[in-house]
Amino acid sequence: MRIGVVTFPGSLDDGDARRAVEVAGGESVALWHGDHDLRGVDAVVLPGGFSYGDYLRCGAIARFAPVMDELVDAARGGLPVLGICNGFQVLCESHLLPGALIRNAGRRFVCRDQILRIENADTAWTSSYAAAQHLTIPLKNGEGGYVADEATLDRLEGEGRVVARYLGGNPNGSLRDIAGICNERGNVVGLMPHPEHAVEALTGPGTDGLGFFASVLSPVPATR
Amino acid sequence: MARVVIDVMLKSEILDPQGKAVHGALDRLGYAGVVDVRQGKRFEIELDGVLDDARLADIHRLAESLLSNPVIEDYRVHVETVHVEDGVDV
Repeated sequence: MRIGVVTFPGSLDDGDARRAVEVAGGESVALWHGDHDLRGVDAVVLPGGFSYGDYLRCGAIARFAPVMDELVDAARGGLPVLGICNGFQVLCESHLLPGALIRNAGRRFVCRDQILRIENADTAWTSSYAAAQHLTIPLKNGEGGYVADEATLDRLEGEGRVVARYLGGNPNGSLRDIAGICNERGNVVGLMPHPEHAVEALTGPGTDGLGFFASVLSPVPATR
Repeated sequence: MARVVIDVMLKSEILDPQGKAVHGALDRLGYAGVVDVRQGKRFEIELDGVLDDARLADIHRLAESLLSNPVIEDYRVHVETVHVEDGVDV
């Protein structure tokens, strides 16, 4: 299975995301922001970083990158897409996911190993986890506060679209401790912490992040 | 020529940590009576030719789609027309 990882100007974690795909047993495919081409991949990761310098708003300019035309259409058609950190911001700016991410409530960039609870283990990217499973993966963001209006938050909760929640202290002021959400179909997931940094014991807090990549590689169709 | 100014502000219900930091600095500097500070963005767009209704509608679309995120921000458009006579802005 081929999983594309998009590189925008200012992406940082595209290399780690490609490596995570390979560690999980998939074939990674480098995608370029300036190409109107997804190269026939079976899933896409939008990696972390500071696309276009985070100018204007995080993800606001990346949303209009040429590759996003194809990506938005494909995601609406069911292609599994995982947006990590800056990728989550891009998915919100693209309206593939509701809400927005704003500056951390504590005003500081936060970098730490973060405990999460998987709230929805039925998405394309979380099916290899169990519901209520706890994970520890790195979190590193300055603008990771998830916000949406009350009606949207209630809808997300009611439809089981909160994918992961922060445990052991909310690092950035995200409403209802939300660390990740998905679209209605469960094929598009946005996540603020970084599973791609927790796929090998040597270089991370463990291998708890591997499941995101293993999920999408699993032969069982995971989308609802 | 015309200049269009677009002010973008976080909606009142959205936490503004930058504004809070500035507010804290004002307090430390001894400015009394400051109740709240909100920080926003200002865009000044210079246009050649005449600013007609169609172009103004384009500016609003731009403000809605790129310059602001309606989920968290409001924007306001002001038109500042600049006349040029003998090469001197008046």
